[in-house]
Amino acid sequence: MRTAVSRLELLQPRSVREALRMLRDEGPLVPLAGCTDVYVGLNFGTLSAKRFIDLWPLDEMRAIRSTGGVLSIGALATYTELIRSPLVARRLPILAAAAREIGGVQIQNRGTLGGNVANGSPAGDSLPVLAVAEAMLVLSSAAETRRVPFNSFFSGYRKSVLRLDEIIAAIEVPRVDGRQWFRKVGTRAAQAISKVVLAGIRSDRPRIALGSVAPTVIRLPKTEGALASGAPIEEARRVLEGEIRPIDDLRSTAEYRRRVSANLLERFWRDTAG
Amino acid sequence: MGATEKSRAVGRNVPRKEGLDKVTGAAKYVDDLTFPGMLHGRTIRSTIAAGEIENIHLGFARKGFTIADCRDVPGRNVVALIELDQPCLAERRVRHFAEPILLLAHEDRERLLEAESLVAIDYREETPIYDPEKSDHCFKEIRIEKGDLARGFAEADVVVEGEYRVGLQEQLYIEPNGVIAVPENGGITVYGSLQCPYYVHRALRVLLGLSDDKVRVVQTETGGGFGGKEEYPSMIAGHAAILAWKSRRPVKLVYDRVEDMVATTKRHPGVIRHSTGVTRDGTLTAIKIDVLLDGGAYMTLSPVVLSRGVIHATGPYRCDHVRIQGRVVATNTPPNGAFRGFGAPQTQFAAEVHMERIAETLGIDSVRLREKNAFRPGDTTSTGQKLGRDTSALRVLREAVSRSDFRAKRRAYRGTNRGIGLALFFHGSGFTGGGEVKLASKASLELTETGARILVASTEIGQGTRTMHAQIVADTLGIPYDAVEVAAADTARVPDSGPTVASRTCMVVGKILERCAQEMRRELGGRSAQDYLAERGSLVVTKEYSGPDGLYWDDETYRGDAYGAFGWGCDVIEVERDPETWQIRPTRVTAVCEIGKAIHPVLARGQIEGGTAQAVGYALLEEVAMRDGRMANAQLTNYLVPTTLDTPEIDVTILENPYEHGPFGAKGVGEMPIDGPAPAIVNAIRSLGVDVRSIPATPERILEAPSLSASR
Ligand SMILES: Cc1cc2nc3c(=O)[nH]c(=O)nc-3n(C[C@H](O)[C@H](O)[C@H](O)COP(=O)(O)OP(=O)(O)OC[C@H]3O[C@@H](n4cnc5c(N)ncnc54)[C@H](O)[C@@H]3O)c2cc1C
Repeated sequence: MRTAVSRLELLQPRSVREALRMLRDEGPLVPLAGCTDVYVGLNFGTLSAKRFIDLWPLDEMRAIRSTGGVLSIGALATYTELIRSPLVARRLPILAAAAREIGGVQIQNRGTLGGNVANGSPAGDSLPVLAVAEAMLVLSSAAETRRVPFNSFFSGYRKSVLRLDEIIAAIEVPRVDGRQWFRKVGTRAAQAISKVVLAGIRSDRPRIALGSVAPTVIRLPKTEGALASGAPIEEARRVLEGEIRPIDDLRSTAEYRRRVSANLLERFWRDTAG
Repeated sequence: MGATEKSRAVGRNVPRKEGLDKVTGAAKYVDDLTFPGMLHGRTIRSTIAAGEIENIHLGFARKGFTIADCRDVPGRNVVALIELDQPCLAERRVRHFAEPILLLAHEDRERLLEAESLVAIDYREETPIYDPEKSDHCFKEIRIEKGDLARGFAEADVVVEGEYRVGLQEQLYIEPNGVIAVPENGGITVYGSLQCPYYVHRALRVLLGLSDDKVRVVQTETGGGFGGKEEYPSMIAGHAAILAWKSRRPVKLVYDRVEDMVATTKRHPGVIRHSTGVTRDGTLTAIKIDVLLDGGAYMTLSPVVLSRGVIHATGPYRCDHVRIQGRVVATNTPPNGAFRGFGAPQTQFAAEVHMERIAETLGIDSVRLREKNAFRPGDTTSTGQKLGRDTSALRVLREAVSRSDFRAKRRAYRGTNRGIGLALFFHGSGFTGGGEVKLASKASLELTETGARILVASTEIGQGTRTMHAQIVADTLGIPYDAVEVAAADTARVPDSGPTVASRTCMVVGKILERCAQEMRRELGGRSAQDYLAERGSLVVTKEYSGPDGLYWDDETYRGDAYGAFGWGCDVIEVERDPETWQIRPTRVTAVCEIGKAIHPVLARGQIEGGTAQAVGYALLEEVAMRDGRMANAQLTNYLVPTTLDTPEIDVTILENPYEHGPFGAKGVGEMPIDGPAPAIVNAIRSLGVDVRSIPATPERILEAPSLSASR
């Protein structure tokens, strides 16, 4: 049942500092970025929170820049901004590719990279990209700023190490060498939640991440190892099928996800050969 | 209109009557309206599928709330339709999930949400039945017999059998169901998003125990219906009226998407079994079909859906020996009901996939098989209806095959990931059998200072009713299109023209209007409207349906003329299979439809394109996930309909083979386009070597489907 929105409270900080202070002193508060996930939760009454803090106007958290070899993306950068950014196109084109397949234009204009990460859905389309890019998350609170590797951020289904008084301030992507590959498999051509999503990087240290096949986005160390050791693709497929634990749900079946994941692996490997 | 006078509006793409209001946002939908003192309503529904209500606890302070249950119904607690089996509010028994039990109203919409979360209902649960094969309650059984089935099978060289399954489908109009009930003049007025004002009118009379003149129903601008606002508005209008009656205040009841999807009707799912006798050269000698539809917990319009389903079950093919048995049964799921096509998409899906399988079995070309057996003028249908000169099955088939270059493409695509499939279909216009005679619909035309005003209960639900009716009247009167106004569908002003369903609004109601206009023209005798009105004061012409002579129907034996006319269609659909994901992407549709006369070609094309897109969803995407009798994916996040990117290019060809009793030769067009695409797509998938016999043909199903060589 829809949440009664008139009963909700919204705090509106004017700076990141003020926001962090509010989170420390007036919490618990749920941060709002583009609100595209939060609004769905309110609409279906699945969000119990009553108090929110609006980060959206805080432009300090929106910049996409390169500093000392690191591509730094403000948490509030929208998909549209990612798609348009020459830096992203040069450094991490698969992030722009993922952004192009998220929702439709309206969602791309509002939805943020930080929101996709913080929301923590295993189907989040940007997440496999950040996983193979071995991104760092910049987490800020009034007390400190700490950096957490993206690959150790999630601790379970929709659970992470983010503390209640913290926000994701930025996502930092180190230099990525090798050929990048991305493919989303949704039920329809647009506005679809992924049934399987794979990002891969082909280098002497192959990296593969899959979404929608486990409680969180996952890297596949065994499959990566098989590929690194030069195992034939049939062998790598078998390793992958043993490494993932997909489930049946409203969107698809475990069997389908398993077979498609293996097919995508093979396609990735063939497309990035030579 | 004289034969020499050139038609000025009919056949042209005149501006839509309500087009400007819609694109400028001036059009008012029900949720745009408010009334002084208006309350908002909310429906509390069952959370079990079968059982008895034992106790209801209201855990909120009642001040400011109007609360109503079945005891507050002033008249009979039923949704009056075919049968009076469905309570408007549950009494003791609950027969499906989301069955309405209690109504709340309050000034503040959001207070209702809080209150709802504080209502607790205790039930004594019973074991629900979800499988129609196990149901012990049959709403309706129909048997069609033609010739001698045993003889037909004796003449056959081969018998081909098959079982086909179709799923539920949600109408998914953009605007959810919604109404406002206003107590006034000792009676009730209901404004709402609806297709059939007089259905609601009757339901309210029975529910409130009021006389005709105390109930008024006014259609507000309606954001789509597709059958989903045929019978359901009688329910929601009843709820708003009960609350308004009790509170003595206007009450608005508008569903959100989740409630609309969970609680309102859908397309009947079904299992259709074919057994066909055929000679080596491909002549059909015997057709035996068994149709089982799941009606859900109450009858709604199920018998009529079944009726149209069985009559169309052979597809457009002749055969001397036919037996069709149809049943629609009860299960403990929300009632299914009207949806564009009304049973025919289900049965023609089976018929056309089966036709393809017959060709595969015989090893003959499936186009040739269809050509050989397709109805010709003078042939008789399964009910014994002799088909007229406007029978265009062969014409649409040949046109679609040549326009799409079907044969060359089929050869070229062999062994690739591209496929191509075809379906030939037909659709009866108007009510089935004696339905139109029973309805005895009326239409009126009123002379105005500047032209004429149409008074009909037919509703504009996006398909162009007002525009198309005005075109017919303008040309018949010989006045400009702009001089024809259309009155709101308000039961206080317009006569009962019957429901806006069954592809009847142009062919049947349009015809009555044409007759009104002819008489008005005679009556005017060349005088101008002003002169006539100055002289006589006013002129209103009212006419009643009068069928073509010689139409005969026997409801007992299911013999006779099932429909005044049939439209004919053929779809060729090309698809691509993704080798990694088994996804099927339709890339091109060639749709050829013969509809008598396109009164407004752009609108007619819109019906064909829209129906095709809706059927692409039916074929490939749309899956209602029923879990324990409830729709588990009642959100647009998980119930996926095609977006623009999922909709292929649609090449529409309209052919015109006039029906002599239709206005300007027109037949129906609204429903037919949804009959063909699903079997055409599945046949295209079959051309890829995948043996799919049920829809939606999701990638998950295709992955599990046997390959054709293995299953043959
Ligand atoms: C129609 C539609 C289509 C969609 N399609 C896709 C799709 O194809 N692929 C996909 O991956 N997603 C999709 N989404 C989901 C959603 O758009 C994305 O997850 C988006 O990135 C969320 O970003 P947001 O800024 O809107 O987050 P919000 O809704 O504002 O927030 C989401 C969550 O993250 C938290 N949060 C947000 N920002 C921060 C921060 N900086 N620090 C800490 N916590 C934060 C919020 O508290 C909340 O819990 C879709 C959503 C809709 C409504």
